[in-house]
Amino acid sequence: MTTPLRPPPKKNPERRTLSPTIPPQARSRAAMGLTAAAAEGRFAMQVCGECGAVLYPARDACNKCLSVELSWQDVDPRGELLAETTVRTSTNLYFRERAPWRAGTVRLDAGPIIICHIHGDVPPRARVVMTNRLDRAGQGVLLAMPETPAPDMEDDPQLRAMTSDPKLRRVLIVDGRSDNAPAIAKALHKAGATTIFVGEAEGWRPNPHRAALQAVPGVQVLPLDVTDSASIRELAGEIGGKVDILINNARFIRPGGVLARGDTAFAQQEFDVNVMGLMRLAQAFGPGMCARTADGVNSAVAWVNILSAYALVNMPEFGSFAASQAAALSLGQSLRGEFRDSGLRVMHVFVGPTEDDWHQPLPPPKVAPGSLANDLVKGLQAGLEDVYCGDVAKELVARFRAGPKVLEREMTMGGRS
Amino acid sequence: MSALAGLTQALASGAVRVVDLTHTLDPDFPVIVLPPEFGQCARFRIEEISAYDERGPAWKWHNISMGEHTGTHFDAPSHWISGRDVPNGAVDEIDPGVFVGPVVVIDCSAGAAQDDDYELTPKIIEAWEAEHGRIPAGSWVLLRTDWSKRSGAEYLNLRDDGAHSPGPTPEAIQLLVHDRDIRGFGTETVGTDAGQGGHYTPPYPAHFTLHGAGKYGLQCLRNLDQLPPTGAVLLAAPLKIKGGTGSPLRVMALIEN
Amino acid sequence: MPTPASPTTRSRPRQSYEGVALVAPASVPYQRYSTQTAHWWIARALRMALDAAGLRSGDLDGLSMASFTLFPDTAVGLTQHLGLSPRWLDHIPMGGAAGIVALRRAARAVQSGDADIVACVAGDTNHIDSFRQLLSSFSRFQADAAYPYGYGGPNANFALLTDRYMHEYGATREDFGRIAVSQRDNALRNPNALMKKPLSLQQYLDARPIADPIALFDCVMPCAGAEAFLVMTVDEAERRNLPYATLEAAIERHNANPDDPIQLRGGWTVDADQLYQMADCTPQDIDLLQTYDDYPVISMMQIEDLGFCAKGKAAQFVRDHDLTIDGDFPHNTSGGQLSAGQAGAAGGFLGLVEAIRQVTGTAGPTQVPGARRAMVSGFGMINYDRGLCSGAAILKGNGP
Repeated sequence: MTTPLRPPPKKNPERRTLSPTIPPQARSRAAMGLTAAAAEGRFAMQVCGECGAVLYPARDACNKCLSVELSWQDVDPRGELLAETTVRTSTNLYFRERAPWRAGTVRLDAGPIIICHIHGDVPPRARVVMTNRLDRAGQGVLLAMPETPAPDMEDDPQLRAMTSDPKLRRVLIVDGRSDNAPAIAKALHKAGATTIFVGEAEGWRPNPHRAALQAVPGVQVLPLDVTDSASIRELAGEIGGKVDILINNARFIRPGGVLARGDTAFAQQEFDVNVMGLMRLAQAFGPGMCARTADGVNSAVAWVNILSAYALVNMPEFGSFAASQAAALSLGQSLRGEFRDSGLRVMHVFVGPTEDDWHQPLPPPKVAPGSLANDLVKGLQAGLEDVYCGDVAKELVARFRAGPKVLEREMTMGGRS
Repeated sequence: MSALAGLTQALASGAVRVVDLTHTLDPDFPVIVLPPEFGQCARFRIEEISAYDERGPAWKWHNISMGEHTGTHFDAPSHWISGRDVPNGAVDEIDPGVFVGPVVVIDCSAGAAQDDDYELTPKIIEAWEAEHGRIPAGSWVLLRTDWSKRSGAEYLNLRDDGAHSPGPTPEAIQLLVHDRDIRGFGTETVGTDAGQGGHYTPPYPAHFTLHGAGKYGLQCLRNLDQLPPTGAVLLAAPLKIKGGTGSPLRVMALIEN
Repeated sequence: MPTPASPTTRSRPRQSYEGVALVAPASVPYQRYSTQTAHWWIARALRMALDAAGLRSGDLDGLSMASFTLFPDTAVGLTQHLGLSPRWLDHIPMGGAAGIVALRRAARAVQSGDADIVACVAGDTNHIDSFRQLLSSFSRFQADAAYPYGYGGPNANFALLTDRYMHEYGATREDFGRIAVSQRDNALRNPNALMKKPLSLQQYLDARPIADPIALFDCVMPCAGAEAFLVMTVDEAERRNLPYATLEAAIERHNANPDDPIQLRGGWTVDADQLYQMADCTPQDIDLLQTYDDYPVISMMQIEDLGFCAKGKAAQFVRDHDLTIDGDFPHNTSGGQLSAGQAGAAGGFLGLVEAIRQVTGTAGPTQVPGARRAMVSGFGMINYDRGLCSGAAILKGNGP
């Protein structure tokens, strides 16, 4: 049974913070299919298009029929643990510092033999359910989970090393004026976050969400304006060493594309908040978080950007806003590269139109703050990199993958073919 | 002795003192808030270019950005629709002689302390004139409310029905503009109009009346409590922005000790 | 001996290695760490073998080379580096099977006349940290699908295999310990072995765990070293008055039994019957056995798969036999890699070079009395979850 995590004691100021290390990250291109599936929490294996064999490790040709028609598909994750070991020493620093580490061999019901991580609640030689998760190198790895859930199983140290679980962590919600801020704060509290810092710009204006925010245990409202470098630096100076998860929910949105507006004033604000704001936040909070990814129970784990699904493809009705979202997505990808060596994860939550003033003229379905908060927290708990929140976002990404040019054409025709 | 030599001597001796009526340009200083579907006045922002570092080893400098109507600022006639056809209505066209002139201060601080929506009325102006004499033509008229001593949310004083801060009634501003032919009107609040000034007829009477008549506005002033009711000289020179409708500026007053 | 499964029906008999002589076994004393390069170690082994045969490097016309740490060079670059002009050249990237595979190919080259004198050499250096670097670039499947899971290296791979072997066949840590302890006894008689202190079964059992159930004395010690021998015709060996061994039979097999979920047997199961058939002998005729002992469980697998006992019975076998030099089943007489050291690719030559010494009566302090027929087995290249290469050879000589 997993020993439940306890709140960490206050840090000993005389002890050096452990330097971040990451597990091995080298992979073949074929193997990255696992990573791509893990980024969104899917358990997928290569399947031969000719003979149907399920293959693992990832290959470039089928080892049953030499076909090169291989594709990644979701497969039955059940299997049996055949053998196991507990690695007590390693030449790799990441595992050396985290030993003992349980690993084993699982025969998947679908066929392949898998060397994998083993959750502490899996009994020897038991039936298991495989999950595909991102490790701290950001690569897909397979973890055998018990067939039936056990109490506190999320606290298993090997599992926790792969997730961004808010439990016992301190979170910064960047924009307390956002309609989604109270719901996110509530969901984080429910998930066990201990401190929830909430940024609030322009304290000289009333914030209609302030009361709701302050009603959530652990919430501290602090001045923060993503368009103001000095305000970001000041807050980072105060709490930068205590932010384990940063949720960038700052957003400026107005309807219109290029021609409907006739000027660049709103566009500037969109890019200033949605793009430059992200950059300013990352410059101020990123280095400190990267330095604290090995800092025990409440180590820094994740950077969350809430993005419009129209970051993937432009929606001309909100054309300028969508462009800012595409830019923010691209910056987030850059951050993934820049954070890589620390293991700090960048999670993107793609949402369709949300229930708010600016999407009021759009027909449903729209994402309510509660569902966004729920999906966001679940994404953190699963350690995902990409979360598609709501039916519109899910449909959009499916269409995007099916054919970006077709989708682009449909969007320019009002979203329909 | 020439007049200017006399002035410089008086400044040197302390007989004449310079009072700074300007707020510091600070990213967190409030600006006027319009309904969100309208374009908004940009807040003052400052980004470091270098600070004696690898971006510039021996020097420090910033890029700044803001709206024309950010911080302590000057309103030109072209700011308002009523003044769009006024000759020389943009800041770069205004005769620089306008930027130095006499100033009178009407102290409404006691009333404003009692009532957030305190109104400057013709009656108050006339009472002031009964004590200090008729407002000379070509004067700046500043409305002292001590509003500049407020900070944070108290300053804009926004409620669900909008901002609440003192300002002139239509009649009062018409009296100053048409009957007294003043140079301009200045306030300690974020605008020359009252917070609820949109509900007068015409809406925003100070803006409408001042700029329609080619007069100027000053807002977000401070230290008005250091000025005498009459006898001071105001220096208020906006940046020379091509076609500009206003500009942040350093506003100073010369007073005799 | 169990009947091994054969994937194909073989219609043609294997040709004998008649007329081929193995001479000049050379072992450069191992070092835990070396500041020298693989080139240096290989050159020393080559020179030692040539000196033993009274030859000069210009006399060589064939070279077979195995090394993990020669990068960026291969056997090709080595010819210019060492001033050789061979007409036959081979590079054997097969780790623990490299010795057997090199021997098989060199023997055929000499037999067919493609070369007259082939030097088979394996050598690796071991810098501080070079083992870690070697691991990180070992194979694509390892990098993709094994290292990210605790990065236990081969220890973790073989721990899984050992765990399953113990579960399936009831072997205990004491059984593995018997192999380690008897090899340590042998090593104490080999002045070149890195391990110099005796090892008791209790010490073995009490050792620090590395990757359960593998503990410290189940693991080899990576080191620097080189091994070499020469392959020539029997006529040539006799003309030069060199003690020689003949190659009675040899097999190799790669990626055998791929559908076994966990490797509990090696490729020997496929070909062992032909090995004995070709050598015209049985396991009972073997005087000593040199297995590839990267972990004791692998030696047990070889004892079973090469027919010395039934599958799953090696634990009982090691309980019933004395595996030391003077015992009834001399095994890894130089101490094996567990006690002599694991010098990279040279580890794949260790047992073979020792076997040549044994059957030519030149093994000195580790000499098994009456050793005339030796079996050498090789096993190598963990690619993902199992070792892919296996091989074995039976050598014969005139003995001590």
